[in-house]
Amino acid sequence: MSEIHRSGRAASPGLAIGPVTVLTSAVARRTTTGDPAEEDAALRAAIERAVADTADLIARVQGEAADILEFQAAMLEDDALAEGAYDAISVGVAADHAWRSALDAEIAGYRSDEDEYFRARATDLVDIRDRVLAHLGGADKAAKITEGSIVAGDDISPSVFLGADWTRGGAIALAAGSPASHVAMLARARGAPMVVGLGPLSWNGPPPALALVDGDAGTVIFDPEPETRRQFEHRMAVASAARAIADAGRFDPAHTANGRRIAVLLNIAAPEDLAGLDPAICDGIGLVRTEFLFEASHGLPDEERQYAVYRRILDWAQGRPVTIRTLDAGGDKPIGGLTIRGESNPFLGLRGIRLSLARPEVFRVQLRALCRAAVHGDLKVMLPMIAVPAELERAGAMLDAEFAALGAEGIACARPPLGIMVEVPAAALRAADFDAAFYSIGSNDLTQYTMAAARDIGAVADLNDTGNPAVLELIARTVESGRARGVEVSLCGDAAADLRLTPALLATGLTVLSVAPVAVARLKAAIATVNS
Amino acid sequence: MPDANASRATESSVPLMASVVLVNPVGLHARPSVKLTQCAKGFAARIELALSAEGPWTDAKSPVKVMRVKAPQGATLHFRVTGADGEAALAAVLALVRDGFGES
Repeated sequence: MSEIHRSGRAASPGLAIGPVTVLTSAVARRTTTGDPAEEDAALRAAIERAVADTADLIARVQGEAADILEFQAAMLEDDALAEGAYDAISVGVAADHAWRSALDAEIAGYRSDEDEYFRARATDLVDIRDRVLAHLGGADKAAKITEGSIVAGDDISPSVFLGADWTRGGAIALAAGSPASHVAMLARARGAPMVVGLGPLSWNGPPPALALVDGDAGTVIFDPEPETRRQFEHRMAVASAARAIADAGRFDPAHTANGRRIAVLLNIAAPEDLAGLDPAICDGIGLVRTEFLFEASHGLPDEERQYAVYRRILDWAQGRPVTIRTLDAGGDKPIGGLTIRGESNPFLGLRGIRLSLARPEVFRVQLRALCRAAVHGDLKVMLPMIAVPAELERAGAMLDAEFAALGAEGIACARPPLGIMVEVPAAALRAADFDAAFYSIGSNDLTQYTMAAARDIGAVADLNDTGNPAVLELIARTVESGRARGVEVSLCGDAAADLRLTPALLATGLTVLSVAPVAVARLKAAIATVNS
Repeated sequence: MPDANASRATESSVPLMASVVLVNPVGLHARPSVKLTQCAKGFAARIELALSAEGPWTDAKSPVKVMRVKAPQGATLHFRVTGADGEAALAAVLALVRDGFGES
């Protein structure tokens, strides 16, 4: 049996190893009384008991967990939630069926919302639904979670989470889920690593026995080989020693051991990633991915929606620089109705800026929204997958045109500086040829294109190494070009958060690193130990 | 800045109207919804909210209905209040929203 690598989104930081508990949902059946009055009374009694259960739980927990349960209690106590169910019961529908249908409709409303935060509330409604169903005798059986285990499943409800003991390790690996879910907040508060969005978890044969969860990188390895496990355990030991030191200094600006100031920026995939974060922990935002705006379920986002989101992020930054990357679709990020299907090698196909230039009607909307947002803060715009100067020039001309058009319409706008993501070796080799306002090195793609090895293909993953001298040389050349032209160079790939690479990256002359929010504290601590 | 343009009415049958901008980070989500409905329930007045001055109006005492509004950060919340203690009720809900529901 070979190990299985899966990657998703980091929802709660930290590393964990443990036996796998697969969450299953088995639906028990209830026999209806057939009498609307009795069914009505049964539902009322079940809701009352569910409210009482919730009150019992509230009495046992504190802080964030109590807030979440109070929200559930308030929803349960509100007659508006069961209105539809009572209506259905009055015309002969069984209590459990009526309740399930009413709640499923409510849940569907949340799941389809544009805002990730509201989407994440669907899990709370599932929790409410199942707690009442349990009292109606039609519940989904809750799996027993043994302490210290890695809980794998589609999604997990707050009550299942709160029903387990997280004081002795354990972690969560979900096929669906969201970093904005209540469970993710609870997991962060309790220090349980969590990864969401792994995609369907199906096993050929028995489910895996053991899993390694990396809540920093957002990856999970099921049934690891002994050597993989040994390396992971070593990382866990190092991480726990470093954590205590790091947390103390997360609000301090980062300096190397010999006093060189290093700016630490954030990478975010959605504004929700900033919820609860103090902007004082960073020097700005180095990468805002905009793909989330283009999720297939919503169609292409209009200018107003994009503007509102960009502005929200700039407002959060309170004057700190914010670099927003234009749509980087294609490659491993297909978008229905936009990217090309069936390319023989999507990573070498119509992706990033190539796609934006091929679809100017979509690109223009994003450029307009960015020009409008630029008046609200220190905005920079970054173009992904640039290979030749002509691409930057064409995008720059489009930006100028949209800026001029907005001005002519009397709409408040500013022309943000336009920089390039350096991730194609051709751009790294000839960075000085580009009239870019800044360079941001995308180390993930730069590494895979330089080494001709994908990191999600296990057999060649060892070649996918940003620490390879060839990749480091391209980074150093880009830094040198930036110095010669007097523009900023930053690095925003996963390598920035890989502390084993920190000395090598700083040795190239880089002074700006951009990482996921969870990695800020330990990166600052690692920088402080480097003499460079 | 929150804009609150409460219009005064001498008769309780005339609704009091005001609007305020949602300033807390993730909008009218779970905790703020609960706080808002708890605050509203403390008054006898009928308190409704909407994302537009033209409605549709939502009962501000129902957390289920308030959550269905899914008001994002930066949205302008309009309130319409009718009843004897309407002025105090309006002042209380406006203060709560303006204060970001006490969230940091």
